[in-house]
Amino acid sequence: MSETKKKRTREVKGDDPSKYAIYLEDVCKTFSDGVPALSNIDLKVKPGEFVFIVGVSGAGKSTLIKLLLHELKADSGVAYVNGYNLMTLKHNKIPKFRRSLGVVFQDFRLLKDRSVYENVAFAQRIVEKSEREIRRNVPSMLSIVGLAGKYKAKPKQLAGGEQQRVALARALVNQPKLLLADEPTGNLDPYNTEEIMKLLDTINSNGTTVVVVTHNDKLVNDMRKRVVTIKQGTIVSDAEEGGYVDED
Amino acid sequence: MKIRTFLYTIKQGIIGVFKNKWFTVATVATIAACLFVFGIFFALAFNVEYIIKTAEENVSVTVFFDEGLSQERIDEIGEMIGRRAEVTRYEYISAEEAWESFSEQLGEYAQGFSENPLANSSNYQIYLKDVSKQAQLVHYLEGIEGVRKINKSDFTADTLSGINLILIYVFSGMIIVLFAVSIFLINNTVTMGISVRKEEITIMKYVGATDFFVRAPFVFEGMIIGAIGSIIPIGALYYLYLLGSKFLEEEFEILSFLTFLPPMEIFKYLIPVSVLIGVGIGFLGSFFTVHKHLKV
Repeated sequence: MSETKKKRTREVKGDDPSKYAIYLEDVCKTFSDGVPALSNIDLKVKPGEFVFIVGVSGAGKSTLIKLLLHELKADSGVAYVNGYNLMTLKHNKIPKFRRSLGVVFQDFRLLKDRSVYENVAFAQRIVEKSEREIRRNVPSMLSIVGLAGKYKAKPKQLAGGEQQRVALARALVNQPKLLLADEPTGNLDPYNTEEIMKLLDTINSNGTTVVVVTHNDKLVNDMRKRVVTIKQGTIVSDAEEGGYVDED
Repeated sequence: MKIRTFLYTIKQGIIGVFKNKWFTVATVATIAACLFVFGIFFALAFNVEYIIKTAEENVSVTVFFDEGLSQERIDEIGEMIGRRAEVTRYEYISAEEAWESFSEQLGEYAQGFSENPLANSSNYQIYLKDVSKQAQLVHYLEGIEGVRKINKSDFTADTLSGINLILIYVFSGMIIVLFAVSIFLINNTVTMGISVRKEEITIMKYVGATDFFVRAPFVFEGMIIGAIGSIIPIGALYYLYLLGSKFLEEEFEILSFLTFLPPMEIFKYLIPVSVLIGVGIGFLGSFFTVHKHLKV
């Protein structure tokens, strides 16, 4: 085995990674132009936790989310998400891994030409649910996010907050163990921000692990959850039920 | 893959054709235009080949026999000729038949002859499958005992053979270039159309769709568009061919030596070739373009 291979897949020193929703140990990522994006990241998130990942623009939050989604691969370290070893995960196993996650983005990323119903049903179709199950699950999920009456609408007919609710419904309809939300309120007004955060809290209280990436300090301070602060690609603080630690 | 997933894929492919109207129109138009030009050259090449072939079939070699050769030996020579692979058919013309035919041309002057002046002119008229094989056949005939003389036209055979070869090269070259240009143009159109939908592909991948699940509707859509794009020029070319060949035959008597192939003789090849190109390019173009966006 080559030196690189040894380095990439080195053994876990501490706990069993499969017990964690997210288990990152000494994870490093450098971009192809040589710029370091993440250095020696250690992050352990237990199932059922609610974690904020905060930091200023360019701190490495998005890179971290991309690593957790396996859109990017770490250069070294140990990286497990929902029990999947991301350092050795093969391309053909990525879809199965992603189905164990729910993901929500700042820009919603809905299929614009499909209705609210079809956007949520799509997530069920890719896991080959039957039409009967889809007809049962999708309206149920839409009513949870408060959009039962708008199932026929197209995304462009909805307000920002409503679009984010559709994205949440899509992320949750397959009952993922972990929900990753990248700046989920970045495009929303204060009222919708509060509504979405309440929804995320409810989802979390039902047992789903929630990781929210944000730079909204008010939001973080109001929620009183665990806060991991990233600065220049390194975790500079990890506070239980703490407020936003602004290192600047 | 479950049947419902397969049916969903097919449905999405069909929806995609109508959903992205401008992409569909642009791609169908590009494929149709390329295959139309391709079809014109294809039909032209087949007809020229046919005309040359017809001309070649009328080129014959005439074999005359030694004076007093027995009819039995003449028949043997005929059988030897008939066994040759390069021979399409051969006809025996007796001295009497030769004189009868010639005297018709002479008219009243023929009455001046009391005996058949072509008494030693019985012969075989031999027609070849390929005039380029004429020299080979003549060499064989010269070696047969009892053969006195062989009449042939080296110039006609060589000219037709040369023209045929040149045309094969020219049309093959043109068809290859057109084919390459068609692939390039069609692939560019497909690439542009799918790149616009890159975001859609990315979203599917984030939600956990497999490469196959993402790609299949696009590939099916590409194949439908390719099929439509190939059927349109085939239909147009068929009617243009019928009208064009009829017009040339009726209006230009000087071209009466030209006989066009019946349309189905060309289209029985052109239809499968065009559909295969259209559907094939639709399939490959979509497959590889989507592939570029799957690395999410």
